[in-house]
Amino acid sequence: MSRFPKPAEGSWTEHFPELGTAPMSYEDSTSPEYYQREREAVFKRAWLNVGRVEQLPRVGSYFTKELAVVNASVIVVKGKDQQVRAFHNICRHRGNKLVWNDYPREETQGVCRQFTCKYHGWRYDLDGALSFVQQESEFFDLDKERYGLVPVHCEVWAGFIFINVAKEPAQTLTEFLGPMVTDLEGYPFDKMTARFGYRTNVAANWKLFMDAFAEFYHAPVLHAKQSPEKYSSLAQQAGFEAPHYGIDGPHRVVSTSGVRFWEMDTELVKPMEILTRSGLFGPWDQVDLGEMPAGVNPANCEPWGLDSFQLFPNFVVLIWSQGWYLTYHYWPTSENTHVFEGNVYFLPATTVRARIAQEMAAVTFKEFALQDANTLEATQMGIESGYVETFLLNDQEVLCRHLHKEVADWIADFERPADVAVEVRS
Amino acid sequence: MALLPVEFTDLEPFAETWCLASEPERYHTRLATPMADMLAFYDAITPRAEAAMAYLDGFELHDLPEDATNLLLLIYSMIMVSFPVEAWGQARVPDTGSASFDCFVEPVP
Repeated sequence: MSRFPKPAEGSWTEHFPELGTAPMSYEDSTSPEYYQREREAVFKRAWLNVGRVEQLPRVGSYFTKELAVVNASVIVVKGKDQQVRAFHNICRHRGNKLVWNDYPREETQGVCRQFTCKYHGWRYDLDGALSFVQQESEFFDLDKERYGLVPVHCEVWAGFIFINVAKEPAQTLTEFLGPMVTDLEGYPFDKMTARFGYRTNVAANWKLFMDAFAEFYHAPVLHAKQSPEKYSSLAQQAGFEAPHYGIDGPHRVVSTSGVRFWEMDTELVKPMEILTRSGLFGPWDQVDLGEMPAGVNPANCEPWGLDSFQLFPNFVVLIWSQGWYLTYHYWPTSENTHVFEGNVYFLPATTVRARIAQEMAAVTFKEFALQDANTLEATQMGIESGYVETFLLNDQEVLCRHLHKEVADWIADFERPADVAVEVRS
Repeated sequence: MALLPVEFTDLEPFAETWCLASEPERYHTRLATPMADMLAFYDAITPRAEAAMAYLDGFELHDLPEDATNLLLLIYSMIMVSFPVEAWGQARVPDTGSASFDCFVEPVP
C-alpha cells in the first residue's frame, strides 16, 4: 500500500508513457563515441549554468569557467552598465588565453578595470571592446572595432548566470527553462549568500551521478549508517516513497515529504543533531522566508521535505523545506569522468547558534556526498565491464529514464537534419 | 598563551589541535588523528557545548573576540569529529576510499 497516491495510470513511470518501463542500457554512459555526440548535441546547444550574480558583486568583478565539455574557457564579467556578459577567454591577437593566474588550466576570479593579455599587452574593456594594442602602427589595416573579445550568449534568471556556446541558441533562456523551473522565481536565492562550496573529480559518467540524486530509493540503504540503528532499521523497513515526480520539457523534479526530527525520540536522532539542532535536512529551527513561489513544494506536501529540480543538462537546484538550498553541477571531462561541484546556500547567520546549525548541515551534506560519489565509481566499473547489457529501474527511478531519453532525443534531433542534408547533397 | 576564554580552560588541551580556521584543515586533521584522540576530544567538549554556545550567544557573530572565535572553531571541530565518533567508528566515511569532496569556500567565521 502506497503512502502517497500514484497517478491514475498506476505508476509515475506509466504517467509519462514515452519513457517506457523496460530495462535500460547504460551504453550511453560508457561509450567514448556517444560522449563526443553529447558534447556537440547537448552541451554545445543547451543553456549551461556557470554561477550566480553574487559572485560578481562589483563593476569589473569577473570569474573564469573552464568548460572542458565544450572545449571552452569563458570569462564572465559585470560591466560598467551592471550587465553580466560572457566572452571566450581568448586574446584576438595570437590566441593566448587572456585571463588566468599561475596555471592556464585553472579557474580564477577577481576585479579589474580592463583585461590585459599577459603576452603582448593587448587590452579589452569590460564590455569586450579591444581598447589598446601595443605598437598599433606595426599592424596592417588593424580595425580595433572588429577585434573585440568573442561574446558567448549569456542570460540571467533568478540570479543564476547561464551561457550558451551555440552560434544562435534555439531558445531564449526563459523558453529553455520552461514554466516548471521559472515558477521558482521569487524564491530568495539572492538573500542566501552564506555559501559552502565543494568540488571533486568523480570517476563516473556525469549522467550516472545525476541519476543518483534523481532517486531516493538508495537513501535508506546506502546512507543507513548515517543515522542511529533504530532509525535506520525503521527507515529501511518502510522504504522510500516520494509524493511527486514532475517533468517539463527536458527538466524534471522530485519532491519529498519531510521528517520532523525535533519531535522524535532521542534514540532516533544522533547526539550531535540534538546538540546543534541540525542535520541532513538542515537547521531544525526554520527561518521565515515569507510566501513561497508557486513552483516550490508542487505536491503541497505537509510536512514537506525538499524539491530537487534537475535542470537539463547538468544542473540541479535542490530546495529544502527548512529554508536553504543546494546546487549541483556535473561537468563531464570524458565518458567516464566528471567534475562534481556542490554548493550549499543559507541566509547569512545572524546568531552564533544559527551559524553552528549551518555548519552541522554542511558537514552532514559532505558525509552523504562522499558516500554517493564513491558508489558512482563502483557503478561505472560495473556497467563498463559490458557483461551485463540492461538494468532494471523501478517507479522511483522514473527520472533516471527521463534524463537518458532526453539526452538521446537531443542527439537525434541534432544529427537528423545533418543526415538529411548529406543525403540531399549525395 | 591561552587560546580559549578563561571560562573554558578545561578545553584548552584540545585547542591547539582543533581550533582550525577552515573546513579543509578540520577534515584533514580528522583523517590524520587516531580514533582514541578524537573520542577524548568529543567526550570532553560535548558536555560543555551548551555552555559554550550560551557563552558565544553573548556576542555578535561578526564581532567575536579572538578567544571566542577559537571557541567557535572548536565547536566546528566537535561537529567534524562527531561523525567518526557517533556514526563510523573510524576517521573516514566507510566505503569512500577513493572519494574526496574538497571545500573551496565557506562562510567566515
